[in-house]
This record gives sequence, structure tokens and C-alpha cells, in this order.
Amino acid sequence: MRVGVITFPGSLDDRDALRAIKLAGGDAVSLWHGDHDLHGVDAIILPGGFSYGDYLRCGAIAAHSPIMSEVIDAANKGMPVLGICNGFQILVEAHLLAGGLIRNDHGTFIRRDQKIRVENVDTVWTSGYTQGQEITIPLKNGEGGFIADDETLKRLEGDGLVAFRYLEVNPNGSLNDIAGLRNARGNVVGLMPHPEHAVEPGFGPDTPAAMSSGTDGLAVFQSVLAAAVLS
Amino acid sequence: MPKVIVEVMPKEVLLDPAGKATARALQRFGDGEITDVRIGKRFEITIEGEITPKLLDHIAEVAKDVLSNDVIEDVLSIRVAD
Repeated sequence: MRVGVITFPGSLDDRDALRAIKLAGGDAVSLWHGDHDLHGVDAIILPGGFSYGDYLRCGAIAAHSPIMSEVIDAANKGMPVLGICNGFQILVEAHLLAGGLIRNDHGTFIRRDQKIRVENVDTVWTSGYTQGQEITIPLKNGEGGFIADDETLKRLEGDGLVAFRYLEVNPNGSLNDIAGLRNARGNVVGLMPHPEHAVEPGFGPDTPAAMSSGTDGLAVFQSVLAAAVLS
Repeated sequence: MPKVIVEVMPKEVLLDPAGKATARALQRFGDGEITDVRIGKRFEITIEGEITPKLLDHIAEVAKDVLSNDVIEDVLSIRVAD
């Protein structure tokens, strides 16, 4: 399976996402924001970083870049699309996911190994987890506060569209501790924490077993590869 | 060349940490008259040619779709600069 990672000006976790796909056993393909071409990939990842220096609003300019018209078309036809951190912000700005992401309520950038709960496993990016599984992956953002109006929030909760929820600490003031969302179809998922930074022993979060040994993020990438085999 | 000014503000209900920090700094001056600051954005858009109602409609559209995000912001005003 070919999984594309789009590089925007200011992306900085695109290499890590490509590496995560390879470690999960997929073919990683670099895509460029200025192209109108998805190069025949079967799934797309919008990586973390600071596209366009977070000018205008986080993810806003990237959401209108040339390749995004193809991404939006493909997403609406059911292609798996994952947005991590800035990628989540881009998906929200492109209206592929609901709500908005604003500056952390405490006003400062935060970096921590964050415990989250997988709230929904009926998506192509979360099927490799068990319902309610608690995982720890790195979080690093300045504008990760999830907000939505009451009606939208009620719909997200009622329809089971919350994919991940913060546990123990709400690191940025997100409403209902929401860390990640899915769309109704289950092919589009976005989250603020970084699964691609917890895929290889020695480079992940600390665990009780050993320092930096956490690989809780790998199942995100394995999930989409397994979905391709089934379909 | 004529200019169109678009002003965008974060929604009243949302926390504005930058505005709050600025308000705290301003409160060190004066006699406590300043109670709150909110920070928004002003876009100055330069136009070639004449400003027509059709063009203003177009600017209203991009103000809504690109310059602001209606989940978190409101377009406060769109006007032609003097």
C-alpha cells in the first residue's frame, strides 16, 4: 500500500511520518503541496509542523494550497486521510473535520508525553487499537485548544465522532478533553498528539519497562495498512 | 490605488490569551481604567481598477472563506479606505 505524506512550506514532521509508514510495512510516498497530483497513493497523511509560519490562522493557508483540492475530493470519495497536529488544523480549516483549534488556554507552547484514550476504533486509522485503549504518545503544540459551538459538540459526542480524548491532564483547554476527531464515514481522522513520534523503541516516550521504549503510535499506521488488505 | 479594509475579531465567547496578557501589561499604567483588551486583525487589500459592488461581494466571500474562520472569528467590517 502506498501512503503519501504532503510537505507544505513549514512542515517539520513529514520525514517522521514517512518513516512511521515504512516501519509499519507500507510504501511511503512524498507529496508536494504545490502539485495537483496525488501520484496514485492509497492514503494521505498531513504532517505536523508550522505550515506558512502559522500565518493568518494555523493551517488556513495550507488548506487552500493546490494539492488540497485533490485531497478534499479523494477524502469525500472515501480515501483514508490522517491529519497530525498542524495536519489536524489543516483538516479543520478545509472543513473535512468539525470545530476549530485555538491558542492553548494557558498561553504557552507545551511538549509532554500525553496519555490519551482511543474513543473510537471504527475508523481506518484506529482499527488496530481496542476500544477504550489507553496509549501514551508525544504532544507538542501552541494552538491545540479544540473548540466548537454547543450544537456541534453535542453532535460530535452523540454520533461517536470523538476519536481520541486526553486523560489525566487536559494540556491545552480543549473542550470535553477532545484530542482527536473522525468524520462520519471513518476515513478522515485528525489529532493533536503525534503517533509518528512513538513508533520505534529508543525514540518514543518513556514506559515503565524502559526509557524511550514507547511505540503506542505504530498501530495508527498499521491500521490503515490492514484496512487496505481487507478492502 | 484604492484599498479595501477588512477587520476580523475572535469571537467574544472565546478566550483571547494574547489580549489578556496585553491587558495585564496595560494595567501597570494609568489608574486601573483599562479592564480588558481583545486583539483582532485588520487586512488592507489593494485593488487594481475600480471598486464595484461585484468586487465587494467577492471580497466579502474571501473574507468569510479565507480571511476568517467562522468557528472562531467574526468578520467585523468590510469598507473602502478613504
